[in-house]
Amino acid sequence: MFSYCTDPQTLSGLTWLSCYLTTGKHMQFYISFGVVLLLLAITAPTALLFGFGGAAAARSRIWPVSWLGKGYIAIVRGVPDIAFFMFFVIALDQGFEWMRHQLLCPDWDQPIRQGSDFVVCTQAKLPLGNAPQWIHEIYGFSLAVLTFAIVFGAFAANVLYGAMRAVPQAQLETAAAYGMTRRQIFWRILVPQMWVYALPGLGNLWMVLIKATPLLFLLGIEDIVYWARELGGTANPRFTDYPHGDWRVWYFLALLVFYLGFTRISEVFLERLMQKLTHGQATTGGDAQRKAAA
Amino acid sequence: MSCWQTIQDYGLRSLGIGERLLPREDFTLCEQVTLIGSGLLWNIYFGTLALLAGFFLATALAIGKGARNRAIRVASTWFIFIFRGSPLFIQFFFAYFAFLSLKSVSPIFDPFTSAWAGALIVLFFNTAAYSGEIFYGALRSIPKGDVDAADAYGFSGWARFRRIIWPTMLRLAWPAYTNEAIFLFHATTLVFFSGFPAWQQRGDALYYANYFADKTFNPFVPYPILAGYFILLTLVILGLFGLINSRLNRHLPKEARRRLKLRVNIIR
Repeated sequence: MFSYCTDPQTLSGLTWLSCYLTTGKHMQFYISFGVVLLLLAITAPTALLFGFGGAAAARSRIWPVSWLGKGYIAIVRGVPDIAFFMFFVIALDQGFEWMRHQLLCPDWDQPIRQGSDFVVCTQAKLPLGNAPQWIHEIYGFSLAVLTFAIVFGAFAANVLYGAMRAVPQAQLETAAAYGMTRRQIFWRILVPQMWVYALPGLGNLWMVLIKATPLLFLLGIEDIVYWARELGGTANPRFTDYPHGDWRVWYFLALLVFYLGFTRISEVFLERLMQKLTHGQATTGGDAQRKAAA
Repeated sequence: MSCWQTIQDYGLRSLGIGERLLPREDFTLCEQVTLIGSGLLWNIYFGTLALLAGFFLATALAIGKGARNRAIRVASTWFIFIFRGSPLFIQFFFAYFAFLSLKSVSPIFDPFTSAWAGALIVLFFNTAAYSGEIFYGALRSIPKGDVDAADAYGFSGWARFRRIIWPTMLRLAWPAYTNEAIFLFHATTLVFFSGFPAWQQRGDALYYANYFADKTFNPFVPYPILAGYFILLTLVILGLFGLINSRLNRHLPKEARRRLKLRVNIIR
């Protein structure tokens, strides 16, 4: 990157380090931090949407719908999330290919599962065999986002379901007394009031989501964990201009510090948000604020 | 090969007892159930030992975080922050590579590069930090009257802690601690995906489930089996912790006893 980096063999000390840390591969490493943030930015709202759907379904009066919603909430609690990550990535991929297969090749007569192979016709392959590399990467990333959204949607559904039940019953009864329909009560009374109750749980979930991002590595994305292993491993002078020993421990220390900083910032931010939201509320938090001001 | 034969061959495969070669093709349902169940032994091993050891360190950390001595307070606060603020997955990686580097310094660190000791240490510290925070919160919400009453009866020092504060702390913390225990067991599945090698393919339940999913390219059989095992394990933990909970609250009238229930999920 810098002009003095042309011949790394002659460098030493800090100049060597400055050149080492700005190689092309390190740039990809830094970009992968952006991938993590991108994942968070896309997953958080999507998971909230899934969660909202799940919670609304669990409240439904139609029993198959409520059963589905409750099942969605319950299943993720008993089973390790990593198992879900590993499962959904393959299952979603095969599911999409199977659906496309049914649509695009109706006259295919061979079985899809042949021994230990999953065979669909070439038009149904996702992404198509001749697609450029970046489409493959985007597809892999989307699968990962969807997987995260499904798993964290269940957690969010759990939180929102609890928040919906925490809204005082009297509010809903009053609305019903005014002649509102169930739908109106839900959208105009319940949903606006539930957020205060949901925020601590959702904040917690955000922290958990941050800490789940390194699992992207297990889903086959070239994320920070991948690059830390790649760059930290012993670099042989025959293959690189910047040989060094096994530095993986330092790279993972850097990741550790990154996550610690990120959680700390989120913690401070959430605390401020909570203080703002509890201002003037009839909760113990709001009461404490009033007393402190007086 | 009958299913009974398979159980004899693979039932303790994860510990290195029985048939060495894993099945390579034509996987039967019995083989999958047996091997994944055999891997579960590792999850139980990691979870139980980390939980037992972590319990004591957690109590110490909770007291340390509330201590008057500044050095102790800062040390405990940082310990809890570091282990709660970073992903367990990264902690595993970091610990593995750190032990790998230390190995060249002294052979004492030899066992720590294998999962049974190295991962156990990480899980032990991790659960101690999470439970320490739970216990600290419980310590702070002990009713003032309880402590005043203890003082009035002439309790002090160790006796006051052992007889009054500690049991009340446990009572208050128990529902959250139950959750922590459940998620600790779930977290044990990360071990063999985070640097620690599965020596001679002796892995945990998720390791074998992943093995089958990779070989058959069919996730719909091994993962539900794994899920079933973990739901069972979760129920067992809930039952055991429920028993302890009712013992902790045995002085209360039946209606006043709080029932244990699962609350919001915590994963690392």
